[in-house]
Amino acid sequence: MKNLMYRLDVKGSPYLYIVPFFLLFAAFGIFPLAYTAWVSLHEWSLLSETHTFLGLQNYRELFADEYFWNALRNTAQIWVLSTVPQLLMALLLAHVLNQRLRAPTFWRMTAVLPNITSVAAVAIIFAQIFGKDYGLVNWILETLGLGRIDWQAGTASSQIAISVMIIWRWTGYNALIYLAAMQAVSKDLYDAASLDGASSFQQLTRITVPAIRPTIIFTVIISTIGGMQVLAEPLLFGGGSMTGGSDRQFQTLSLYLYEVAFSRFDFGYASTAAWAMFGIIVIVAAINYFLTSRLRRS
Amino acid sequence: MRPALNGGSLRRRAVTVAVPLLAAALVMTTAACGGSDDPAKPGEKVKLTIATFGEFGYKDLYKEYMAANPNVEIVERITKAEDHHKNLAAHLATNTGAADIEAIEEGWAGQFTANPGKFYNWNDYGAAEIKAQWPAWKWQQGSSAKGEVVGLGTDVGGMAMCYRRDIFEKAGLPTDREAVSKLWPTWEEYIATGVKFKNANIKGSAWMDGPTIMYRSVLGQQPVGIYDADKVVVETNPGVKKAWDLTIDAINKGLSAKIAPWSADWNAGMAKGSFVTLACPSWMMAYIQSQAKDSSGKWDIAAVPGGGGNWGGSFLTLPKQGKNVQEAAKLAKWLVAPEQQAKVFRALGNFPSTVSLYEESVIKDFKNPFFNNAPVGQIFSNSVKTMVPQYMGPKSGDINTAIQNGLTRVEQGKQKADEAWTQSVKDVNALL
Repeated sequence: MKNLMYRLDVKGSPYLYIVPFFLLFAAFGIFPLAYTAWVSLHEWSLLSETHTFLGLQNYRELFADEYFWNALRNTAQIWVLSTVPQLLMALLLAHVLNQRLRAPTFWRMTAVLPNITSVAAVAIIFAQIFGKDYGLVNWILETLGLGRIDWQAGTASSQIAISVMIIWRWTGYNALIYLAAMQAVSKDLYDAASLDGASSFQQLTRITVPAIRPTIIFTVIISTIGGMQVLAEPLLFGGGSMTGGSDRQFQTLSLYLYEVAFSRFDFGYASTAAWAMFGIIVIVAAINYFLTSRLRRS
Repeated sequence: MRPALNGGSLRRRAVTVAVPLLAAALVMTTAACGGSDDPAKPGEKVKLTIATFGEFGYKDLYKEYMAANPNVEIVERITKAEDHHKNLAAHLATNTGAADIEAIEEGWAGQFTANPGKFYNWNDYGAAEIKAQWPAWKWQQGSSAKGEVVGLGTDVGGMAMCYRRDIFEKAGLPTDREAVSKLWPTWEEYIATGVKFKNANIKGSAWMDGPTIMYRSVLGQQPVGIYDADKVVVETNPGVKKAWDLTIDAINKGLSAKIAPWSADWNAGMAKGSFVTLACPSWMMAYIQSQAKDSSGKWDIAAVPGGGGNWGGSFLTLPKQGKNVQEAAKLAKWLVAPEQQAKVFRALGNFPSTVSLYEESVIKDFKNPFFNNAPVGQIFSNSVKTMVPQYMGPKSGDINTAIQNGLTRVEQGKQKADEAWTQSVKDVNALL
């Protein structure tokens, strides 16, 4: 009997310990996922009591919906515009933070400060900074004699403005992740490189970047997922307009989903868009995964 | 999560899979916020939540009510109009989270009166006795097609034209409100005066803010708007096309400051005079006063071109989720009573929906000091009395957004008027 209890304890307890996470994940992850899939097969208005089963009709409509593709294109563009400079700057920032500095904790805290600021506050402030008539950026541009830009009106200008918000918020966060990885790189390598006369920049590109490659890939994946879900920035940048500008020039996928769900109250179609988004994220993550395993093997 | 340089590949694989799963799941979970409406036990304080948006001007009234009814505690939730209505829809759909009293605005009212089952019927709470307070059209807007009364009217928009006296003077235009009203009996003349103003070349000031406010004002004067009975008639209704064409004309003549309403530039522009006319329903007075605090006396109010009309106005509803319906009904009825509506108007400008008041001196003789002592009581009662009520359907709000986006595309030079119209009509049809 005692033996049995002991065996149960050894075999069973580990599962017991991980159960809370999976219960939570089932309640807040799997269930909404499955329920959304069910909703996406229906004509499901938020306010109406009856829901008609449609099968895959919503999906057929979605793939023929030019606004969906427009939103996907905008999302991808904003992702590139924000992620590439963001990660490069984070790398440089981490490299600087990794040097011997006075009050290192202060600098690290400062770097992550933008990230703990509420996204709504960030978006509202930046919407003002990029204002057409009384915005800071236009004031500077005008002072330099470059003329004003109607940031919201243009496709490129609006997406750049939104990317700047994202970059401002996430650069410090990624820098800290890089910094943590950099501190695990053996100091001997740097000492040896210094002796050989390598500059700081050479040390960054030849030692640090190869050594923290897995971390870089991790941040790329994380920011891909984040980039797919950009919502508050374009929503508040457009002053609460769910269409993301007059011509949907900065409507992201999440914003489109939000418009369908909370403006048209068409939860069926919104769920379809959510599942399409999920599929896209899985595909992108899979591509990332294959690239990662390639890199690891090389 | 601490990144491990040489952590096992298994773990990383788990991360690669789990993170997107989790993240995607998060996207799909809509957060619902809880409301607290426990039924009160006898002898205990009754807590009533009331959800409004914008500026209802109820703060002092709550204090007054709580002083007179010590057993009641009132908690107000204020959100931006757009968010308020989205939240309410979500709370009704999930049957949780709605306040005891929820305000709804005219433009969104249709989607709620189309679902009367989600609300207590005011007819069961003594609505019939006070029905005479309101004009028939206001009563209708708050009722379902079958006659259930979902909301009781608070304010109405009415319509007038706010203008900047100081800048009018600089441009050599008359500043006296009688004379200004004579400049623009029609919208065509309003545009013509705008061209005159433009030719005066005042730096930093345009004639109007942008297309939205003008379009909505012209539309609000048409006998038929977005809906004819329960059919959307955007494509065929000459009233909608008229509002569109007039606004396009103003844009093409370069009268617009190209500022989006409710944006930071718009708020700043009210104080700085970026635009010198702004069609203003009564609630806009409250907005201008809050945004251009230091501009007292610079703004004045004249008659709106094109005659009477209405834009906006709200209702108080009792969602079925509320547990203290008796107390909530009592409070809401008190808030919409003529005396309280008059107090709100005098403090802030939201114009009463109770017709009986218009002849009383508390409204008729009221002059707003901020607007250079404009006789706003008279201006808005004239506008409301001569207006033609327009039916607002369940999707009016979103349909107007689609059309306004089209006007903005023309203003931003993205499209020609015809292309913009075609695309807007297509967007409207997608909403149906």
